[in-house]
Amino acid sequence: MANLLLITVILINFFTLGSARLVACIRAVAVQGALLSLLPLVAHGMSGHALILGTGALIFKGILIPWLLLRAIREARIRREVEPYIGFVATLVLGALVTAGAFIFADFLPLAQEHHEGLFVPAALATMFSGFLLLITRRKAITQVLGYLMLENGIFIFSVLLSVAIPLMVEAGILLDLLVSVFVMGIVLNQINREFSTLNTERLTALKE
Amino acid sequence: MMWLVGSILLTSLAGVPGLFYRREGSGGERFACGLILAGCGSGLIAVALTLLSDNVIQFAIPWSMPGGVLALRLDAITAAFLLPLFLVVATGAVYGLGYWPQHNNPGNGRNLRLFYGLISGAMILLLSARNGVLFLMAWEIMALAGFFLIITEEHKEEVRRAGFIYLIATHTGTLALFALFALLGHNSESLLFPDMGTLPAAGSSLIFLLGLFGFGMKAGLMPMHIWLPGAHAAAPSHASALLSGIMIKTGIYGLVRMTSFFTEIPAWWGWTLLILGAISGIFGVALAIAQHDIKRLLAYHSVENIGIITLGLGLALLGRSYNQPALVLLGLSGCLLHVVNHALFKSLLFLSAGSVIHAVGSREIDHFGGLLKRQRWTGLYFLGGAVAISGLPPFNGFVSEWLIYLGAFQPIHHPGSSLSFALLTAPALAVIGVLALACFVKIFGISFLGEPRSSGAAKAHEAPRTMLWPMGFLLLACIWIGLLPTSLRPLLERAATDWSGNLTLPKLTGNLAPLSAISVAGWLVLGLLLFIGWLLHRQSAQASRDIGTWGCGYQFPAMRMQYTSSSFADSLVRLFRFGLWSKRHGGQVRGLFPGREEFSSHTPDLVLDRALTPAFTGLAWLFRWLRSLIQNGIAAIYLLYIALTLIVLLTLLLR
Repeated sequence: MANLLLITVILINFFTLGSARLVACIRAVAVQGALLSLLPLVAHGMSGHALILGTGALIFKGILIPWLLLRAIREARIRREVEPYIGFVATLVLGALVTAGAFIFADFLPLAQEHHEGLFVPAALATMFSGFLLLITRRKAITQVLGYLMLENGIFIFSVLLSVAIPLMVEAGILLDLLVSVFVMGIVLNQINREFSTLNTERLTALKE
Repeated sequence: MMWLVGSILLTSLAGVPGLFYRREGSGGERFACGLILAGCGSGLIAVALTLLSDNVIQFAIPWSMPGGVLALRLDAITAAFLLPLFLVVATGAVYGLGYWPQHNNPGNGRNLRLFYGLISGAMILLLSARNGVLFLMAWEIMALAGFFLIITEEHKEEVRRAGFIYLIATHTGTLALFALFALLGHNSESLLFPDMGTLPAAGSSLIFLLGLFGFGMKAGLMPMHIWLPGAHAAAPSHASALLSGIMIKTGIYGLVRMTSFFTEIPAWWGWTLLILGAISGIFGVALAIAQHDIKRLLAYHSVENIGIITLGLGLALLGRSYNQPALVLLGLSGCLLHVVNHALFKSLLFLSAGSVIHAVGSREIDHFGGLLKRQRWTGLYFLGGAVAISGLPPFNGFVSEWLIYLGAFQPIHHPGSSLSFALLTAPALAVIGVLALACFVKIFGISFLGEPRSSGAAKAHEAPRTMLWPMGFLLLACIWIGLLPTSLRPLLERAATDWSGNLTLPKLTGNLAPLSAISVAGWLVLGLLLFIGWLLHRQSAQASRDIGTWGCGYQFPAMRMQYTSSSFADSLVRLFRFGLWSKRHGGQVRGLFPGREEFSSHTPDLVLDRALTPAFTGLAWLFRWLRSLIQNGIAAIYLLYIALTLIVLLTLLLR
């Protein structure tokens, strides 16, 4: 069951990497967040801790942040990511390579015995790398926020692995951190949009010394 | 000990009281000069006490600095360097009263005296320090004070440039010295200098190379001489005399001291020094001939003389590698005596050049001419210094070069060994000597003989007495060593014995080095010179006074009919075309009725202007390009850097 969830998460990674439509991308990441909120329950069974973790993740990743982002693009009136730094097909190929790399890499990691079998570690790494790819290859600030979210999802998968060890406060802190940074990015987005009437980040290049 | 510490304190603080005097007044400079004279006097007492009694002065007190001990020691090697230091510092301080008076230079006079005192004190401390940390601190104070001496006239662009090049060079050298002392401390487990001849030579090649680079940079050995010509030309003359006469010798001191630590010396050390010395000597003097600026010319002669000193040191090292006590004695005493001699005559030359510059208001040799009539004493002192630096009897330069010659001929007694290649030192020395003589014929002839070439030279006046007396004193010191070289024999023998560890050395007398014969010959030459001079003077007294020198049959000789410094040196510069690459402009006469023609030549520095400046300009361009490539302002690329760093770190972790 957990592996099925994780494979879906990886497939959503690919979908996001290959899609140009922003609304679809945001929805895909929202679905990814919602699926991940099931993960603590599946991995550790019904417990108070897992329940709180899952609910928090669902509210923040599945509902609140996607809703904020959808609102942001409605106001900025943009629909598509045009001309990324690296093309969509190339990004997909890179994503596939990175995912394969994550699977290989996970085998070399000095992990505890019970973590070696499942897809947890490779999926976490693959999601993190895909988020990074999204951050690096896209021009629109909104897609970069998505990349950031996806990176966070990867970290979340890792933390589920350790959620028995990590206290609830740390989890809550991570989620709050995420929300705050999305807020900050939202403000930055708004400013970029107002200043340049576009959401492309390349104008920011002028800020270098 | 008290005398030595007193001299360090007095000289290094000499400029401080002057800071409290008014800018325009002249009280501070007398006071500073008095303090320096007192410091030098007490230092000379310390040196004399060491030389007269057989024991060395030393003391050590603990110090809160990590690894540092306030350990001072005054032995014969230190004394050989301190002796000229005190003479030059004292004469320079008196000379400064007339050359750089406070009321003419209210802006920088006090700085100059402050750093003049500081550099002198730092050098005394450096020469007597026996602890790595203390040595490096004194070295750094000396380097920085030297920098401030060089940029005394900081409003001039070329002075600032010279200062920067000096600062870069000296700090590059200091970097090597830090590594050197770290390695030495690692080998002997303490930052105190090891005793003479205690360190094993195995694994010390790196130490030697670091020392050669760091100390050679300060001394101005040929490929590392880049800072020297500009810096010595930029500083005020008595500061140049101190820098050229004494400061660059601290590099030689470092080499001598460092090589004394080892029990045995690999042969390649000596060969390296011999080759570098020959290169510095020959190319230093060749570059000197090609110069038109009197102080740059003298600065290149410093490179040449450092070359001669290094030849002596190289011979002494070879003597230790091949177990030849006579070679060690002759090489090292030639090296140390030339250190003393060069300090004396080079500062004499710089001071008299300063007197000429003071009178004419230019450093260009082509603006001088006919100065002997207007500056009789300055001309005489300059002539004395020129004869001494060319290595002619009866002055001191001859004695030390002759000792090195004797050393270079030592391998004749041991035919068949690879040591015979050291015989080649003798022709190298001969080439150096001849070229130096040619160079000083050029500069003396063009500056002091003939007719004035500029209105400044025509209106030149003799320097004030405060400038003439120090020069006279230095000339007397030069004559003293030239005529009575035996008076320095005990010092040289003791220094050589200290340096060579467990080798038993012969005495510097008899067949090995007939110093007393030199002395007799010197007196004879001096007597002959005086006699001929008296004869000529008696004859010329009857000649009429208003005829120009050497009219060559022209009825109305003009000052433009004289040799210029370019044309005089041209034949020799062309001989060294392969190494100098002088730039020549014009000089071709075309057609039957040629029109007006110009000729000029210009010789940029071999290493600095031809190699280092283009190389570093290229490097700066490359790095600017790389920076704009790497730091391009695209946030996505920065993220990629983070990702790559993470991946690299992870793979390093997993390996």
